[in-house]
Amino acid sequence: MTLADLKRGQQGIITDVSSIHIPLKLLEMGCLPGNAVELVQVAPFADPMYLNINGSHLAIRKETAIHILIETAHE
Amino acid sequence: MSKQINVALIGNPNTGKTSVFNALTGLNQKVGNYPGITVEKKEGICKLPRGVKAHIIDLPGTYSLNASSLDENVVIELLLNKTDKDYPDLAIVVSDVENLKRNLLLFTQIKDLQIPTILVINMSDRMAYKGISLDIDHLEQELKTKIALISTRKNKGIQELKELITHYKELSTEPCLEASSIDKAYFDNLRKAFPNQLLYKLWLVITQDVNFGKTDRKTFEAVEDFKTKSNADLKRLQQKETIKRYQFINETLKVGQTIDLKAAKDLRIKLDRILTHKVWGYLIFGLILLLIFQAIYDWSSIPMDFIDSSFASLSEWTKNTLPEGAFTNLLAEGIISGLGGIVIFIPQIAFLFLFISILEESGYMSRVVFLMDRIMRRFGLSGKSVVPLISGTACAIPAIMATRNIESWKERLITILVTPFTTCAARLPVYLIIIALVIPEGRIFGLSYQALTLMLLYLIGFGTAVGSAWILNKVLKIKSKSFFVVEMPNYKLPLLKNVALTVLEKTKAFVFGAGKIILAISIVLWFLASYGPGDNFNNAESIITAQYASENLSEDELNQKIESHKLEHSFIGIAGHAIEPAIRPLGYDWKIGIAIVSSFAAREVFVGTLATIYSVGSDEEETIKNRMAGEVNPILGGPLFNFASGISLLLFYAFAMQCMSTLAIVKKETNSWKWPLYQLVIMSAFAYIVALVAYQILI
Repeated sequence: MTLADLKRGQQGIITDVSSIHIPLKLLEMGCLPGNAVELVQVAPFADPMYLNINGSHLAIRKETAIHILIETAHE
Repeated sequence: MSKQINVALIGNPNTGKTSVFNALTGLNQKVGNYPGITVEKKEGICKLPRGVKAHIIDLPGTYSLNASSLDENVVIELLLNKTDKDYPDLAIVVSDVENLKRNLLLFTQIKDLQIPTILVINMSDRMAYKGISLDIDHLEQELKTKIALISTRKNKGIQELKELITHYKELSTEPCLEASSIDKAYFDNLRKAFPNQLLYKLWLVITQDVNFGKTDRKTFEAVEDFKTKSNADLKRLQQKETIKRYQFINETLKVGQTIDLKAAKDLRIKLDRILTHKVWGYLIFGLILLLIFQAIYDWSSIPMDFIDSSFASLSEWTKNTLPEGAFTNLLAEGIISGLGGIVIFIPQIAFLFLFISILEESGYMSRVVFLMDRIMRRFGLSGKSVVPLISGTACAIPAIMATRNIESWKERLITILVTPFTTCAARLPVYLIIIALVIPEGRIFGLSYQALTLMLLYLIGFGTAVGSAWILNKVLKIKSKSFFVVEMPNYKLPLLKNVALTVLEKTKAFVFGAGKIILAISIVLWFLASYGPGDNFNNAESIITAQYASENLSEDELNQKIESHKLEHSFIGIAGHAIEPAIRPLGYDWKIGIAIVSSFAAREVFVGTLATIYSVGSDEEETIKNRMAGEVNPILGGPLFNFASGISLLLFYAFAMQCMSTLAIVKKETNSWKWPLYQLVIMSAFAYIVALVAYQILI
């Protein structure tokens, strides 16, 4: 599943990021494989998404979130 | 001998870097620009123990040394150029105790440049609240640095930091990790090819387009081995580098930092539940906007009325006190009237910057960006466009500069192009005076017609900005990678000192920047209105006396006829009459024409120009408004400023691109004359047509 599939309040672990689609800045802010991610809040139509990645709070658009692969604890 | 050391303050945005700067320098600071670009350069002097002085530069906030904007590029350019006069003897990396992990990424990069570096951990007053404890000794050892644990809010640790700055020579310049191990073969080759250069510098130069003495990127491409790396390869390497740095940071913090989550309290979650809520979030944002507008129109009107009448009396007093002559007239009618037109803005500008700086300092502005992104995107804008559009209500110049953090070029360009439609403070005096003249007093549902008109004008400005963005989004064929990352910082109570310094700085910049133009124009206008060519001007007295000889006019009436005859035949009168055919269909006379033409330097000149034109030859102490109300339409009779011509003027000012400074900033930010010229021509033509239609319908 990708980051875009997370529900509000749900947590996961980043497994892979597609480096062609993801700006370096986002990686530098902690969006890297192995780091924990939580969806804190969503704007209407679930876009943009307000995330807590590895302790960093940031918002990204859904179009970026679909390029970040994650897995949740249940899987 | 007093010695001065160069210190560079570096840090992520939202770490309180500017607070540290303010704490170290106090009022010993100045704000300028980096040569040739519009990035703000803040520098100041800090007095240290034993007579040493530190020259401190507050560099723009950046997340890393891989620049993605003009502001961030400034940081790298300075750190890579050893010959720059500001090249730091010492770097201070400011971090926030709650975001230490992310902040340390930049720190490890700076360390790789082998500049002596102090790590400041700010906001230490939040540690207990967040359940954080630090092992400073361990961190200092691992990070090969000295750490200053400070709190600018509680004013703690500043002395210790100054002490560390004084002893900067004792700092280690050793990197804390071996970044080149991500591709050993590649970096070994690089080292062989350029043995005299620092490896990390070479790597930074290769991965981004910065000028670095003689070794620019082309030199690298000439060397066989480096052509093998494609851009995609380089990007992958950068990703590897980032992962490697985080591995080191995680290892270090595992021992150096403990967070007791049970002890941590989180105000953020509670506040965000409301402030970014799908309904409440928007409602609160709306209420905050209402409060801001209320402050600007209502609260600032008291000091503004006071300033207006004070300048009227000052001008009168000057005329009566100083000996009669051309100089006194210039002073009273040109300079003082012109100055009044600038000073009257101060209350509103100050209020606006006060609110904007509180919204930014508190962290709320990021929430607005989050809330608005989806809506703004429909119009080809970004959530980050909201900040320029709101700041645009103060002044388009800082607003256009605030577009820099919009990542997508297309969204940024559209924001720059439409921002001048928002109702800036310079339009306000024009609106206020014309509304007072042509909109009747009276109320509907407790709201005054005049206030409603003003609000309508703001909505028109904002609506036009968004509407034209929508059109531009369809018309402009620009492919640009669109991505959007915005940090959601913690909520903070704004520091009074920071807010006060921002308000002071911005107001000063506006008043002096606009002031120079207004003052120059007022003086030129006064000369043009006070002198004229030919008999008609120079012999006005005899001409008028002869013309009205049969009528029994009082001396006052006669004098007035003489003065208005003079004005009509002065240089400005002649110019005004020349353009009158073009503006008559809009309901204006030649005096308004002159005011409009001079407004193309800056809109706020309008009121000042009319003040100067009307005060030439008038003896009575009168406010500008009364003089304007007394003007008579020379052809139709009746007041010149009536409902039709008033509305036409309001609409003209709402749409026309009348600000040279904005055009200059747009040129700088878009790096071409094409966009500012489009703005000037299209906006002004649109303004003319709308004003024409409005007048012809209403008359």
